[in-house]
Amino acid sequence: MNDFGTFLFRAHAGFLAALILAPLIPGVINRTKAVFAGRQGPPLLQLYYDLFKLLRKGTVYSRTTSWVFRAAPVVTLSACIGVLMLIPCTGASPALISFQGDIILFAYFFGIARFFTVSAALDTGSSFEGMGASREVLYAALAEPAFLLSLSALACLNSKISLSGIFIASTEHPFANIAVIALVAVTLVIVLLTENCRVPADDPNTHLELTMIHEVMVLDYSGPDFAYILYASALKLWAFASIVVAVALPLRTGSFITDSLIFIFGILAGAVVVGIIESTMARFRLDKIPKLLIAAAALSATALLLTLTRG
Amino acid sequence: MNLSPYMTIFNGETVKLEKVPLLDFDEFKETLIMLTEKNGRISSMFGIPAEYNMTRIFAIVAKDRQGNLCLFSTEVGERYQSLTPECMQAHWFEREIAEQCGIVPEGHPWLKPIRYHKSYSEDRDAWNRKSKDEILPCVTDFYKVEGDEIHEVAVGPVHAGIIEPGHFRFQCHGETVFNLEISLGYQHRGIERRLIGAPDIKTVHYMETAAGDTSVGHATAYCEALESLAKCNVSLRAQAIRGILMELERLANHTGDLGALAGDVAFLPTSSFCGRIRGDFLNITGLICGNRFGRNIIRPGGVAFDIGEDLKSEILKRLDAAFKDTENAVSLLWDNPSVQSRFEECGILSKELATRLGVVGPAARACGIEQDVRFDLPSGIYRFSQIPVSTYHTGDVFSRALVRMMEIRNSVRYIREQLENLPEGKIKEPCGEAEHDSLTVTLAEGWRGEICHTAITDSKGHFEHYKIVDPSFHNWFALANVMKNEQIYNFPLCNKSFNLSYCGHDL
Repeated sequence: MNDFGTFLFRAHAGFLAALILAPLIPGVINRTKAVFAGRQGPPLLQLYYDLFKLLRKGTVYSRTTSWVFRAAPVVTLSACIGVLMLIPCTGASPALISFQGDIILFAYFFGIARFFTVSAALDTGSSFEGMGASREVLYAALAEPAFLLSLSALACLNSKISLSGIFIASTEHPFANIAVIALVAVTLVIVLLTENCRVPADDPNTHLELTMIHEVMVLDYSGPDFAYILYASALKLWAFASIVVAVALPLRTGSFITDSLIFIFGILAGAVVVGIIESTMARFRLDKIPKLLIAAAALSATALLLTLTRG
Repeated sequence: MNLSPYMTIFNGETVKLEKVPLLDFDEFKETLIMLTEKNGRISSMFGIPAEYNMTRIFAIVAKDRQGNLCLFSTEVGERYQSLTPECMQAHWFEREIAEQCGIVPEGHPWLKPIRYHKSYSEDRDAWNRKSKDEILPCVTDFYKVEGDEIHEVAVGPVHAGIIEPGHFRFQCHGETVFNLEISLGYQHRGIERRLIGAPDIKTVHYMETAAGDTSVGHATAYCEALESLAKCNVSLRAQAIRGILMELERLANHTGDLGALAGDVAFLPTSSFCGRIRGDFLNITGLICGNRFGRNIIRPGGVAFDIGEDLKSEILKRLDAAFKDTENAVSLLWDNPSVQSRFEECGILSKELATRLGVVGPAARACGIEQDVRFDLPSGIYRFSQIPVSTYHTGDVFSRALVRMMEIRNSVRYIREQLENLPEGKIKEPCGEAEHDSLTVTLAEGWRGEICHTAITDSKGHFEHYKIVDPSFHNWFALANVMKNEQIYNFPLCNKSFNLSYCGHDL
C-alpha cells in the first residue's frame, strides 16, 4: 500500500472507530457512578441497546412544531459527525479533513448544532423548553470563549492552527510547557462537563424538568429523532475527550494499532474520571455555573499569555 | 368558674358536645385571633351543618407551651366576615369550610376551592356553581403576574417522577419565581364523607390509606379517638408497640427523604444508599406486622401483633445495622461542600412566617420552633417515655435535612429503649361502644408533623362528623411562600425538603 493509501485507511479506520465506540463512553460513566453508589448499574452497552430500540420506533410530532423541530436532530448529528472528521479520532489516525484554522470550524460546528437544538426547543412553545434554551445559550456564550482561548493557547504553543497539527505536535513535543498544558487541560475538562451536560453543571439523570438544561430541550423528541440526539451527544463527548487526551496523554510508540489503543484507553479513562467527578460532587446552583465558566476562561487566557510571553 | 370563652381539653379527651362553648361570631373571632397571636396554633377548624340553615364552626387551637387544646365554636349563616385577613393560619381552613359547607367568608383574600368537589349541602355553593355542573380539578383562574418579561410555567398534574398529582403554577422573571400557586384536589376520594355513620369494620382501613406513607400515624390518631370515646384502656405493651411502629415509620420516611434530597442535587452515593436503607427500615415494620407500611396492626383497643423475644432481638440487630449505614450515608452529605452549598440558604422559611402560617412538623422545627406533639401534647407511650424535640434555626433546606437526621437518631434510641423495656400485658383490649353526643380530639406526631383527628358522635354513638387534618394541610401554603424570590430550579429541592402529601391533603 502506498503512503496515500495508508493515510486514507488510517483516517477512515480512526473515524469509524470513533463512530462505533462513542456510545461506550456514557456506558463507562454510568458504570463508574454505579460502583460509587454501591449499585450494579446498567450494562456497559446500554446506549447501544437504547439506540437500536429507538431507531425501530415511530416518532410523534407536536402539531405546534415546524420544520425546525424536525431538522434539528439531523443537523445536530451531522454537525457532530463533521466535528469528528476534523480531528484525528484515535490520536494516531490522521483527520479526514484538515486545513489551516479548522479549530474555528470545530468550535462552530457545535455552534450550529446548538443553534438548531435551541431553535427547536423554542419551536415547541413549551415553557420548560424555553427555560432550558435560555440556560443553554447563557452557558454556551460563556463556555465558548473559554474553549476558543484554550484552543488558541494550544495553537500558539505548538505553532499550528489546525487540529491535526496540534495533535501531532503535542505528541512530538509532549508537555512542551507543563503549565500551559495543565491550565488548558483543566479548562477543557470544565468545558467538557458543561457542554456535555454532566454534573456539576447539569444532571443527565434527573427527571426534574425545572432543573434541567440540556435534557429539557429534547423532551419532545421520540423514536429515531431521539436516537440521533443521544448518538450525537455521545460523539460530542468523544470529540471533547480526544482533545483532552491528546494534550494530557501524549504517549506514542509509533505503531498505529498500539497508539490507537492507548488513545482509546485514554478516552475511556477520561470517562471514568468524569464518572468519579459526578459521583463525588453535587450539582452546582445554576447561578454558580457562569462563575465556573468565567474561571475556566481566565485559566485559558492565562495559558495563552504564558505561551505568548514564552519568547 | 371558668371565665375564658373557650374550653381547655387535653389531647385525647372526650367532652360532651353540649359542653362545647358556642360563642357569638365576634367573640369567636376575637378568641381565635387572641389565641393565635399568643403562640396558639389552629390544629383543626371545620364546619358542620346546624339547625336553621346555619353552619357551626368548631375551632381547635393547640397551645404547645401549656400542653393543652382550646376548643370553642360559633354559628354562622351563609356569609360571615373572614378571619384570614387577621389570622393567616385560617386561610386554608376557611377555603375548606367554604367549599364543604357552601358558605362565604367575606373579605377572604384568595377564596378558591382547595379540592374541587361539590358542596356537601345540596342547595348552597360558595361560588354559585350549579349542582349539575361537573367540577374539574384546577380548572380555575390562577394568580397572574403581568409584564413583557414575565413568563408562566405550569408543572403537573402529571409529573416526571413517580409521585402524586398536583398542579404548580409559577410566575417567573427569568429564573426568579415571583409567585407560586399550588393547586391540588386530584386525589380527593371523599374519605371524611365516608366516615359519617362509622365506626365500622372498614373505618380503620380508610385511616391507614388517608395518607399511604403515614398509615401508622393516622391509624393511631383514629384508634386513640375511638378508645377515648369508648373509654377503653389500652395496655402499656400495646402503647409501646404503637410507639415503636410510629418511630419506624419516621425512620423509613426521613431516611428516604434524605436520600431524595441528595438525589435532587445529583449527589449519588447518599441517594442510592438511603434508598436501600429506607427499605431496611420498612422491612423491620414488615417483620412485625407482615406489611412494610405498617398496615393491619394498629387496631382499636391495642395492636394486632405482638413482639416476642426472638423478634425483639432480630429487630434490634437490624435496627443497629440500618442505623449505622444511615449515619455513614448521611455523613457524606454533611462532609461534601458542594452539597452544602446547595442546601444552605435555599428555600428559607423564617420563624415569624412559619408561626403565622401555622407550619407543623420537621418543617416548623427547622425554623427553630420548638413544637412536637410527642413532647408538648403527648399521648400513648409518649406520656411515659419522653422524646427530645430536635430543632435547628436556619429554616433552609439544610436545616430541614439536619432536623430529619437528628430525629432519626432520637427515634432509633427511642425504639431501642422501648424494645428493651417492653412492658408485660395483653396487646389488645376489647373496644366497646363509643360515647354518644360527644366530641374528641386526638393529636399524633406523624413523621410529617401533627396529625389531628376530631370525632363527633351522634345520639347512637356513630360518627356524625369526622375531621382529619394531615400535616400537609398546614404546610403546603408554606412551600408556596418559600418559593417567593427563590430560583425556579431550586423548587424540586425545596419541595423535597418539605415532602408533603397530596392524598393526605386531598383526603
